Amino acid sequence: MNRAFRLLRRRAISSIPVLLIVVVGAFLLLEAAPGDAVDAYLLSIGGGDPALVQALRESYGLDQSLPARLSLYLSALARLDLGWSVTFGRPILDLILERLPNTLWLMGSAVALAFTLGSALGIIAGARPGSVRDRLLSTGSLALYAVPSFWLGLVLILVFAVQLRWFPTSGIATIASGKQGIARALDIAHHLVLPVCSLGFIYLALFLRMMRAGMAEAWRQDYALAARAKGLARRRIVLRHVARNALLPLVTMLGLQAASMLGGSVVVESVFAVPGFGRLAQEAVAGRDAPLLTGIILVSAVIVILINLAVDIAYGILDPRVGASEGRAA
Amino acid sequence: MSLLRRLSRSPEGQAGLVLLGLLVLAALLAPVLFPDDPLSIAGPALLRPFADPAFPLGTDRLGRDVLAGLFHGARASLAVGLAAAAVALVAGAVVGTLAGFAGGLVDETLMRVVDAFQTVPGFLLALAFVSVTGASLPVVIFAIALGAWTGPARLARAEVLSIRERDYVAAACVIGMRPLEIALREVLPNALPPVLALSAVIVANAVLIESALSFLGLGDPNIVTWGSMIAEGRNMLRTAPFLSIVPGIGLVATVLGVYLLAEGFSDALARRRSRA
Repeated sequence: MNRAFRLLRRRAISSIPVLLIVVVGAFLLLEAAPGDAVDAYLLSIGGGDPALVQALRESYGLDQSLPARLSLYLSALARLDLGWSVTFGRPILDLILERLPNTLWLMGSAVALAFTLGSALGIIAGARPGSVRDRLLSTGSLALYAVPSFWLGLVLILVFAVQLRWFPTSGIATIASGKQGIARALDIAHHLVLPVCSLGFIYLALFLRMMRAGMAEAWRQDYALAARAKGLARRRIVLRHVARNALLPLVTMLGLQAASMLGGSVVVESVFAVPGFGRLAQEAVAGRDAPLLTGIILVSAVIVILINLAVDIAYGILDPRVGASEGRAA
Repeated sequence: MSLLRRLSRSPEGQAGLVLLGLLVLAALLAPVLFPDDPLSIAGPALLRPFADPAFPLGTDRLGRDVLAGLFHGARASLAVGLAAAAVALVAGAVVGTLAGFAGGLVDETLMRVVDAFQTVPGFLLALAFVSVTGASLPVVIFAIALGAWTGPARLARAEVLSIRERDYVAAACVIGMRPLEIALREVLPNALPPVLALSAVIVANAVLIESALSFLGLGDPNIVTWGSMIAEGRNMLRTAPFLSIVPGIGLVATVLGVYLLAEGFSDALARRRSRA
């Protein structure tokens, strides 16, 4: 455990320069956007005279040089101040923290669905490579992998919300239902079924394919041959020897796909009108709110780094070999 | 040539070749079959598919021909997908080669930049870039490439690290070639094949991101794309679902075609290797 902790600490330290580069990139993006905070403020109060503009620019340090503005930006970030959203008239960090839980629920459920169902179906496909079942699942998952999430969302709405009326078309909870406790949780879960499917199915296909490929590889290894030579039951070989070794790369994939999933939630939340983090990004684009957009990018980078640290911990627990040798490839 | 023949022997490769062949044909024939602007009004509004032989797939709520949009949309999707992938591959290959070949501080800095780009969701990055600079075709292509060059960069670097130890690089040093010259003329061409293998995934992703951007209204407003058609149709989802379903099928066919082709390619390569 001590070794795992050292590994984790090293990973955490090595992500600091990465985060710094993201911050500088976000700052440059903010600078590239037309207009600045004072322009946005003046627009919201209906204009002002040049003296006021000058005074505002000086008081916010916007008349200073680029490096000086960058250091102002950095010191504000160090105080966890992401700035002010003109579109919403509220601090950006408050907005993001308010919307984030919905997105994390959406992503977490999509990951859970994709991981369990994907690896289970992958085991079924990989148990007998080349069988009819394997070919069906492999082809089906490839087709599923090619479906864009927003279009899948619309098709699901059409079938399950408009035609069958099983699920609501949009939102995260029934408005003004007055539900509390478990009833409210069930209401939210009911609203999340279709969004979770449209976000998660592509990863389900990905995990299925990875699991299947990993198992096909594992069957060729000596330990699989040894297990067969020992005369173990096929079910036992599949689950204890072959599938187990094919599962580890899926955990790595979870971390690698974190960023893409966060991006995918932007579109899915827009289709289902889920008031989450991704929908906030779309609203920031619609309102030309560059500070809000850069705040969202920064927070999503932090989330991705945290998810990857969590994946590292999980990997250390699942695979006893990790952290045993101090030298790690970059 | 023999690779292409072997490719056409695997069922995946065949299916991929047929799908993509049809799409390329549609993209090339679009201006011939539908010379009018697909954004212009062509007939009565909201015609059902198969109702009028003049508009086999019907019309949208402004009376625009859905079939014409589908053909012209294939043009936009393939053009943006291929262009963005090309930019990403070239940029990634150059950065990766430089990093791998220079080593030391240059390598460290470049790879941390790659890390930084990989921690930011590519779609959010494209979204932010397009919204700051304004939507036009080159901007969309660049924005998509911005989130896609890191994969090729990592791969190229790994290739270079293994290649730079080879004898022919030492020979190039001995005859007095400059480091940059060796990197670009000796190492890069040898590091390229695996990077190209990655290109299928990048093209497919680029097509998907382009469609998602135009679905959210961030595509070039002057051209028809499948994403913008789906977004248009979404307003009529209850009354005229075909408006969003038809262009979506085009998208699925494109991405599936690319994946099938890639699958066929890797099969063909594996078979060649096993025979050698």
